[in-house]
Amino acid sequence: MQISGAQMVIEALIAENVDTIFGYPGGAIMNVYDEIYKQNSFKHILARHEQAAVHAAEGYAKASGKVGVAMITSGPGFTNAVTGLADAYMDSVPMVVISGQVPMSLIGTDAFQEIDAVGISRSCTKHNYLVTDAADLARILKEAFYIARTGRPGPVHVDIPKDVTAQIATFDYSKPVELETYKPNVNGNVRQIKKAMEAIAEAKRPLFYLGGGIINANAGEEIRKLVQMTGIPAVETLMARGTLRFDDPLLISMLGMHGSYAANMAMSETDLVIGLGARFDDRVTGKLSEFAKNAKVIHVDIDPASISKLVNADFPIVGDLKNVATSMIEIAKTTVDKERYIPWLETVANFNRLHPLSYKEDTVELKPQWVIQRVGELLGDDANISTDVGQHQMWTAQFYPFSRPRQWITSGGLGTMGFGFPAAMGVKVADPSRVSINFTGDGSILMNVQELMTTVEYKLPVINIILNNNYLGMVRQWQTLFYNKRHSSTDLSVQPDFVKLAEAFGGIGYRVSTKEEFDAALKDAVEKNVVAFIDVKVHRLENVMPMVPSGGSLFNMMLEYKEK
Amino acid sequence: MEEAARRVISVIVINEASVLSRITDLFSGRGYNITSLTVAPIPESRYSRLTIVTSGSVRVMEQITKQLHKLIPVLKVIEHADLVEKEMALVKFPITENLSDISALCSAYNGNIVNVSEEVIIAMVADEPKRVDYFLAAVKRFHPKEIVRSGAVALER
Repeated sequence: MQISGAQMVIEALIAENVDTIFGYPGGAIMNVYDEIYKQNSFKHILARHEQAAVHAAEGYAKASGKVGVAMITSGPGFTNAVTGLADAYMDSVPMVVISGQVPMSLIGTDAFQEIDAVGISRSCTKHNYLVTDAADLARILKEAFYIARTGRPGPVHVDIPKDVTAQIATFDYSKPVELETYKPNVNGNVRQIKKAMEAIAEAKRPLFYLGGGIINANAGEEIRKLVQMTGIPAVETLMARGTLRFDDPLLISMLGMHGSYAANMAMSETDLVIGLGARFDDRVTGKLSEFAKNAKVIHVDIDPASISKLVNADFPIVGDLKNVATSMIEIAKTTVDKERYIPWLETVANFNRLHPLSYKEDTVELKPQWVIQRVGELLGDDANISTDVGQHQMWTAQFYPFSRPRQWITSGGLGTMGFGFPAAMGVKVADPSRVSINFTGDGSILMNVQELMTTVEYKLPVINIILNNNYLGMVRQWQTLFYNKRHSSTDLSVQPDFVKLAEAFGGIGYRVSTKEEFDAALKDAVEKNVVAFIDVKVHRLENVMPMVPSGGSLFNMMLEYKEK
Repeated sequence: MEEAARRVISVIVINEASVLSRITDLFSGRGYNITSLTVAPIPESRYSRLTIVTSGSVRVMEQITKQLHKLIPVLKVIEHADLVEKEMALVKFPITENLSDISALCSAYNGNIVNVSEEVIIAMVADEPKRVDYFLAAVKRFHPKEIVRSGAVALER
């Protein structure tokens, strides 16, 4: 088939069964946008900022498990998108980002809206391409989708000069991907798996350490089965929330800097860490030399580079978690005796009784944790939950009753403020039948607030619950705890009228400060099914607890902070 | 912390645009050292071979190897244990220096005089990197004007 480079992009997206892309046009990508105009196979959602377009594609990918697609122009269009690429890279989100580039003849001349896009994206993508001949486009786009979704998923960036999108060449998408240098290992080593299972059978205090890789591998079901049949307790990382149901008796909670006392103590006391798709991030481990000090480590991951990067693995297993967990379940049937771990479960239960995740209600002001729990009570499984970054994010991770994988959408690795709203928009596209909630803060929401326009235009009713404490709360918390209350540049007393702001874009706004008002607002927003801001005035100085101070040992938690 | 030792690794990559920057970006981005790096196409193939001299503990080396493997165009990473390693150096001397002394020294280090012009003498040696160090120390007294080292290349025995 002889077609233009721009038409090839469309044909490739159709061949990949893409139903929605997020983007923003501009000079260098106009040939492709002209072809988007002419087709009816997929929807294009015009975000109002390139960063938001990429976060929306991330939200879509995280909620659906499919490859997210974003399209942007050269120069500033691309540089605006970089934060989204970096975010997707850190959280292993499968995504293809297509950018326009100045014509080949102008590359290197400091042309209008020219930037070395592949030079910039190299360090924050799984792979990238600068297409120099339309004849390569079919192969490159097919490889891009393949690389994005296989192995450890990640973003792939394809930069296409404007003359290449105009060039006519042969298009054949039927050739299978042939990458002799890229062959992810999907089946774990059988001998290693057997040895790991022996270690589990011999351990006294084993602990599942569940990570976001489980979600990426769609291995939730297998992991639930494995945990249930072994009777071994589990902790989840931030990225793994929803792997086990919130009411699973074997789920302790989240671990790490703001993990529960029981989760962190269990990790400190275990004699066998069973790491599944987790990467021993510094926010999880605290001081490395003290982390799970008396434990042997089983580490299953699709990415060999994650294994023994920070914590030495005694049983390294490289493979896809769905496959490995299935093998583990088979072996566990005959080797694991649930009774063996009962004393350990009692120890864990004691940790939980000693310091459960909790907060103190206030008679006057709403506590942010209450708001989150309340949404959980009212919507539970019927909502997908996105967040921005900061205190509200940690409280949501601690207090929302997650019931399934892909219900929880957050920016973990990069910690990108401004992620939540556009991500929640992508989530709504992927899963329209559920309510899309974005828990956010009064700081975060203003980064990408322009997406009010997109969500209103495309009728994507994201409900933004702003836990408003008039502070950049997490930084304020650190300043209170570690900088002698010098609240440098964190006081956000000067604020927009969030109700009017939502209304100005055609959304709906609520300002609430009591439980009754909150219930009424949420109910109304869900019923009206429109884009909403619920501005919740919450206690200003609430802290996220427990807290492991940066670089401290996991078992040395601050459990509460008393105002002096 | 375990001591950082000198290590030599060879990397076979697809010979395509920007593959070298993928490698060097990885080293700079993750804070690994590059002592020397050589690269040239492997004859009659679509591959290039890089020889990287670096330093790091066993754990760092394991990470470097794994991270290199993770790059899409990387075919093979060879961490050398038992290797033959050579490096070349060119040294330019003023014509006023003693030609035969320099020549004698060169032959002790597997080299020779490769060019003599009206103003300068250029000598070449090719030897193990450590021996190239010795050679360069030894020729200091002939007032070298310019020195260029190629970086090491290596083959596993």
